[in-house]
Formats: sequence, C-alpha cells, structure tokens
Amino acid sequence: MSQEYRFIGKATPRKDAADITTGRAKFINDIKLPNMLYGKVLRSPYPHANIKSIDTSKAKKLPGVKAVLTYRDVPDWKMGNPPHLRILDSRVRFVGDAVALVAAETEEIASEALELIDVDYEPLPAVYDVEEATKPDAPQLYTEFPDNVLPPKAPWFGPNALQNIIIGDADKGFKEADIISKGTYAYENIPNPLPPEPPGAIAEWEGPDTVHVWLSSQGPYFDRLTLYYTLGRKVDVKVTACQCGGSYGSKGTSFPIILQAIVLAKAAGSPVKLCLTKEEHLSTFTLRLGSRIHGRVGMKKNGTVTAIAGEWLVNTGYYSAITQGQVAVGCGEAQLMVRCKNWDLKSKVVCTNRTSSGWVRGFGGQELICVLIPLLTAAMEKAEIDPVEFFKKNFIKPGEGYYWRDGNWWVSRVVDFSRAMEKGAETFGWKRKWRGWLKPTTINGSKRTGVGVGVLGNADVGEDISEAYLRLDPNHTAMLYLSICEQGTGQRSSLCKMAAEVLQIPPERISIIPNDPSLSPYEFGSVGSRGTYAIGSAVIKAAEDAKQKLFEIAAPKLQASPEALETKDGIIYVKDRPDKSIPWRAAMGVTRTILGYGRFEPDFSLCNCVMTFVEVEVDVETGKVELLNVVNATDVGQIIDPPSLENQLNGCIGSAGIDSAVFEESLFDKANGRILTANMIDYKWRTFAELPEIRNVILETPFPSHRFGAVGVGEIVTAPGPSAVLMAVSNAIGKRLYSYPATPDKVLSALGKIKG
Amino acid sequence: MKKKKTNPVEQGKGVSKRAAADSGIPDRYNIGITVNGEPREFMVGKDVSPWHTLAHTLRETLGLTGTKIGCDDGACGACTVIMEGKPILSCMTLTVECDGKSITTIEGLADPKTGALDPLQQAFIDHTAFQCGFCTPGILMGAKALLNENSSPSEQEIKEVLAGHYCRCISHYHVLEAVTAAIRKK
Repeated sequence: MSQEYRFIGKATPRKDAADITTGRAKFINDIKLPNMLYGKVLRSPYPHANIKSIDTSKAKKLPGVKAVLTYRDVPDWKMGNPPHLRILDSRVRFVGDAVALVAAETEEIASEALELIDVDYEPLPAVYDVEEATKPDAPQLYTEFPDNVLPPKAPWFGPNALQNIIIGDADKGFKEADIISKGTYAYENIPNPLPPEPPGAIAEWEGPDTVHVWLSSQGPYFDRLTLYYTLGRKVDVKVTACQCGGSYGSKGTSFPIILQAIVLAKAAGSPVKLCLTKEEHLSTFTLRLGSRIHGRVGMKKNGTVTAIAGEWLVNTGYYSAITQGQVAVGCGEAQLMVRCKNWDLKSKVVCTNRTSSGWVRGFGGQELICVLIPLLTAAMEKAEIDPVEFFKKNFIKPGEGYYWRDGNWWVSRVVDFSRAMEKGAETFGWKRKWRGWLKPTTINGSKRTGVGVGVLGNADVGEDISEAYLRLDPNHTAMLYLSICEQGTGQRSSLCKMAAEVLQIPPERISIIPNDPSLSPYEFGSVGSRGTYAIGSAVIKAAEDAKQKLFEIAAPKLQASPEALETKDGIIYVKDRPDKSIPWRAAMGVTRTILGYGRFEPDFSLCNCVMTFVEVEVDVETGKVELLNVVNATDVGQIIDPPSLENQLNGCIGSAGIDSAVFEESLFDKANGRILTANMIDYKWRTFAELPEIRNVILETPFPSHRFGAVGVGEIVTAPGPSAVLMAVSNAIGKRLYSYPATPDKVLSALGKIKG
Repeated sequence: MKKKKTNPVEQGKGVSKRAAADSGIPDRYNIGITVNGEPREFMVGKDVSPWHTLAHTLRETLGLTGTKIGCDDGACGACTVIMEGKPILSCMTLTVECDGKSITTIEGLADPKTGALDPLQQAFIDHTAFQCGFCTPGILMGAKALLNENSSPSEQEIKEVLAGHYCRCISHYHVLEAVTAAIRKK
C-alpha cells in the first residue's frame, strides 16, 4: 500500500448498484418514446453483389409501415476511416450487409415488411482471405481502395500516425543474432466480443436540423462530435447515453446502426428504435481483427532481441471503422512488450467480404502480440530461455523509448514492472511448474498439464483529452459535469471517489450528471484504460480548482490565507488552528455555487502492464483443453476501487480474451460467406460451471501520473492470455501448436492422431 | 382470477389464428397472470398476441423492463423470471401459457410493502457482483429461485444452476461470493 487515503483504495458501493440490482437501470432497449416506431434491416444473402433492382411497393402498402428506404432514398453520409461506408449502397459487401430499412409500428410489422421487399441481385465474386484480397485479380470491394488495401492513415492520431515500426537496421540486427526464427502466424478466429446487450440506437428529429440520439456507447461526447461531422456539420446532434450493457470497445462502432435509425426517423417523422437481434449481433456486428504475420525474429542466446522484421496483415472485413488506429496502437504496444533496437515491421489493412472487424478490448495490441509472441517463442525455445525471464528482461523500463501511435518518440516515465512479474510468477508457482519448452508439468494417464505466460502494456492510459467541471454547492455536496458512460468498469463511481478524496466529503455527497454531452465539457470517453489517469486527472484538477476558489472566498472570513486552509466534511478550517473554522454554507452563502474546471492533455509516457500466467490440462486422447488456473500480475500505482479492479482483471477470460485461444471462434463458411455461429448455442462461451481459478496480483508502486499515482489497466487484461494458452498447450502435449483456438481437432492433429 | 379448467391456448398452441378460429377457439378471450403479487388481466388478440413471449409482455405491455432480453433464444438466461417458484426463460415462454400463473420479476424481488431489498440484492451491491449489469436481473432471479428450493446449496450447485446465465464481463467470481454471503446471512 502506497499511501493511506480516506476513500481511495477502499471498496465503496457503485452509485448505480441499486438501479442495477432492482432492474431500474435503463439500457437502450428499455427506452420507449411516445409514438416510437421500430426499425428493421433487410440484409444481403450474398457476400458481394450489385443491387440490380429493388421494389419496395408491397412493403410500403403494409398497414403499420411508416418508412421504407433503399440506397436511393438516403443521404450520402459516409462513415469509417477514411469515410467510405454509406448507410445504404447499390453494392452489398458481406452476407448481412444492409439492403433496405423499414420503420413500422411494431417489430412484427417491420419484419413482415422486410419479406415484401423484392431485390434482384447481381452476385459478384467474393474474397475472404487477407492475402487473396490483395492479389491483382481479386474482387475489389471499393473502387477507391485498389487491391483492397486501406490507406495507412489515422488522422485522429495525427498526420504521422504509426503504421509501421522502422527502427535501426534490421539486416544488421539479424547478422548479430545467434538464433533466427521465422514463420507465418495467424490470429484469425475472429471472436465476437459479444456484450450481453445487443447494440442499438434510438433517433428522434426534434426539428428540421436537430436530431436527438439515444446510444449504448463508451464515449457519448465523442460520438456526438463524430455524428456532427458525419452529418455534414449541418445538423445539431443531441446525445443521451444509456447504461451500457457491455461493449468491450465494440459499441464504439455503432455508427451504422445509429445512422440507420437517424434516416428512418427522418423519413417516418417519428422516433425510431433500432436494436439488433442476437443473431444480427453475432453475424453483422464488430468482430476482433483478423491478424497474420510473415515475420522473422533475431535473438541472442541471452534473450536479447536483435531484430524483428516482417509484414503484418490485418483483415478488417467489409469496412474500416478505425482499424488503422488500432494498427498504430498495436505497433506501439509491441515495442513496450519487447525491447529491440532494429525493427522493420510493415503493416497492411485489407478489406474483405465479411462483417467488419474493429474496435475490441485489446485494440490492435492483442492482435499483434498474439502473432508476434509465437515467433518469439520459437527463438526462445531454441535458446532454451525461460519466457518469464525473457519478458521480464525485455518489457519496457523507465527511461527507454518507443514510437507511440502519434508517430512521436516517447521516453517512458513508467515504473519497473519486474517486481509485479516476479510476484506473479511466485503466486503462480512458475518455477515449480515450468519444466522447459515442450515439456509437460505433470502427466497423469491421458491428462497432461502445461504452463504458459504472456505480457502486454499500453501507453494509451494517458490518451486524448478530457475536461471536467465540478460544482460545489453550499450544502456540502458537489456535482460532477462529465460525459462518460457506465459500461461496467465502475468508472462513474470511481471518478466521484477521486473528487471526494480531494474535497474530503464522502463519495455519496458527490453526484455525476446524467449522461448528456450538451451539459458537460469535452470528453473523449472511457476507453483504452484512460479512465483512471486521463479522465481522473481532469476530475482531480476540477476538484482542486473548486476547492481553491472555495478557500479564496473563505480566507477573509477566517482571517487566513487560502494556502493555510483545509476542508473536511464540509467544514473549512485553518490547518494549524483547527478551532478556527466555518462550514461551506457560511463561506459561500446560500446564493452561490462554485465551479471548478479541469483539463487533461494527452501523455503517452506512462503505460500499464499485465502479465498473465496460465495452466492448462490437455487430454491427449480426446484433445480437450481445460483452463485450470490463471494468475494476472500488474502494478497499477494505486487501487481506486478494489472490487471494480478485481472484476476488470477477472474479465481476462471473457470478451474475446483468453478463451479465444481455448474454444472461442466465429466459424465462417468460405463457400458462401456466412458466419455459422450466429446464435449463442453454436457460439461457445464459458459458463459458471467451468470457471478456472483466477488470482490477481496487484502491486501499488506510485506512478508519476496524478495526485493518487494511479493508472488504469482494464482494457488490456484480455490480451496477454491467448498466446500464453497456446504456449501452455504446446508444453503439455510436447508439440508446438500455434493456431487459435486450441480445439480438440487441432490438438489431436498436432499429436499426429488425426490428419490435420 | 379464477383458474380455467382447460386452457384453450394450450390446446391451440402452435395453431395459426385462422385455424384457431376454425377450431372453435375464440379470437379474443381473457387470461390472468399475477405479476409481482398484482393480478393482471390481458385480452388475447388485443393486449397480447398469441405469439407474444412473456418477456415481451413484461417489457412492452407492462413496462417492466428490468427483465432483459439478450439472445431471445433461450440461451443466455438474461430474461429469467420466477414462475410458481421455478426459474423460467421468459423469452421461451408464451404469455398465453402463463394463464393463472404467478410470476415474480426483478421489480418484485424487494419487499413490496417496505421496499427493503432482498438479501441477495444487498449482497450483490455489497460485493459489486456485476460490471455492466445487463445479466444481473436474470442472475438474481436464477439465484433466488435456487435459494427458494435449497436454502444452503453448495458452491457447485450454485455454479450449475447459474450455468445458463451468460455474463461477458466475467463477474462470476463476485456473484458466487455474493450468493454465498446471502446464504450465510440467512
């Protein structure tokens, strides 16, 4: 424990706890507006086709139908990076792509109307493989993207957004190497982050140029800004963010749904709700990026990495929401994970005829390290290096540098994570369980156990801009004006707790306004583990600013300087004369409020880190892999809310995390472009009955972040585990198995028991 | 409401509206369901359609949106409510099948008179046994039904009963702590 605080580091109930446990919390589909209609989407049965003709006349005549829209009826607003995705188009690009939109009085009528729309398609050849798509004769998805390659730009991250890692002299590095490993590795099982709440939106036009949108999202202010630009800067966009029923990044890419609701509401003249079914969620919404590397790694016998080179191919599906941004962050995170003086890693983002891949917890880094670590392990194996020692030696240290997503060189001010890694190894029993590469820990009949380890860090803990207002009221309460959603991290409550600690009033005396970005200052959103450091800094500064103003008002009344004052529980007192005091009410009067303001500017010099240890049991007769236990080791500087942090760390197995190496995958049929696992029976997920043991080792070495010395960590927790599982399975069965997920067929094939 | 001797809807299950009319089943008739202790009457064909699920009726007709629809396919457990003491998937249950039945939803879990939270709800708050909270009402109702049947289940029994509840944030560990704590307090 770094420092004893009154509220920080203590478990306090979530502010929305009573609403969640009584069913009062309002999620998007719980909202019902007067005269609200229901939207439905007619979806393409073809992976790639031109719409030759489309007849909506029968659908329009169905009683209860209020609007039917095709590509001819909608504005040419474009989404994606660069803007290229239309709301509706004359060409469909994946099975499930939007062909027409219907708004009707009930969902049943809307669904019935879809069946009355006649479409004549001209099927086109489709392409699904990331490399096939770049061949000269491959089907082209967009005329503006030759060879299906997206331009390597991510303007939001600046003009020089990182797309490749070019450092030093890779040729020279390979000459210095004792061992060179090379190969192709893929992380292409495109798991679905699959929040329990399906994505959705509601739109209502309040005037000819004013639209009000209800969202399930992670960044309502940023969504509002994005929508304002997407709608040609001609429409005033109001946003109300609902309780978010899980996102894991994915709902940041809800814009196609939001725009569908917006155009339907405009056409129908009534509010329209459009929530996806789970089948649509599984087959047409955001999956994890497809990731493949053709790479080479040079290594010294002592584990020093001398060169990393290769091509990183990223399959983004039918459009790119912000995939190049994920590539930028992924390239940054790779450098945090492994120190190397010579890099020549080039990336390519490619579109193909399947649903989109995009923003999922891990944001590029998970996808890159899951293919990079197998390359590194091949070299470690030859050098007989313990992977824990390797990661400990090579993870970023204070004073070392890296190119971050903005393309700038940053020097790390971070703490040394070695201690957390050592403590994690000790808790896991690594030294006892590690027997060497491709050696099982135990053998018991057909059951063999093996262990593996992975690591990831992210310097996005200080990404982007946050602003906060904090209003003090004379009745010893405060109101936080901040536009962030509650998507499960507890951040709305934790940020109130930070303000409470500054103001020394209990967290329950601090409220946070309902989520409405028109009432609060600029805020990027609670993404990328930025809540604790970036948003927290803005909140702390706003609270400090308000407190300073309070002291300036109180100082003359206490005949002391503002610097000599302190406050606790609504009483202002002179630090060395606690008997000289007045309550806030007396200092402020009842007709005054005080407003503090705080702003955070981006800082990429700090990062977080999670090392994940896993132990698996493999049945070499059946090929079944069981995840026995997991240890996550991290250093967060200072815990803000212990149960919320534990919950986030336990999330390592869910939301397209560790289980995407054990059994999770979206099965895709290349014969017809369909996702076969479009329901929650066929899409596999872990149940209560199959939980592994999870232990979280959390150190608190103060970070040079803000007054509480903390950084966030939730986002990356899903990332280090998948490659660790494959390492553990390989060790258990004595054969290298680096194909995600390690399903029984792959295990038996690796063992030579069935044909692969 | 007085329970009917035979439920025409059960006889006519899966039969189209027209066929039902041909078979002599009236187009419109009343059904009664007790929801959170309150008797509710519905006219089938007007207030509810024969194909409406209980989840739909609770949420859209009665405005009880605490019951969540996740998959609408009987696979995720989010829509779990208690009918006659047993947990059921309200997305897989037709409203017309519930005639004469008593149903408790998340809105009825707290004491209706005092408003005091059920010990399970309090334990979920005390243990932060949720993250996004979307699956929480279903899990609470599943756990409540279990404790109604078995006041001291083992951890394995709790896990097996809750195995049908999908939670993606992975709040399972805190849920198990909360349910165990609620049992201990009994």
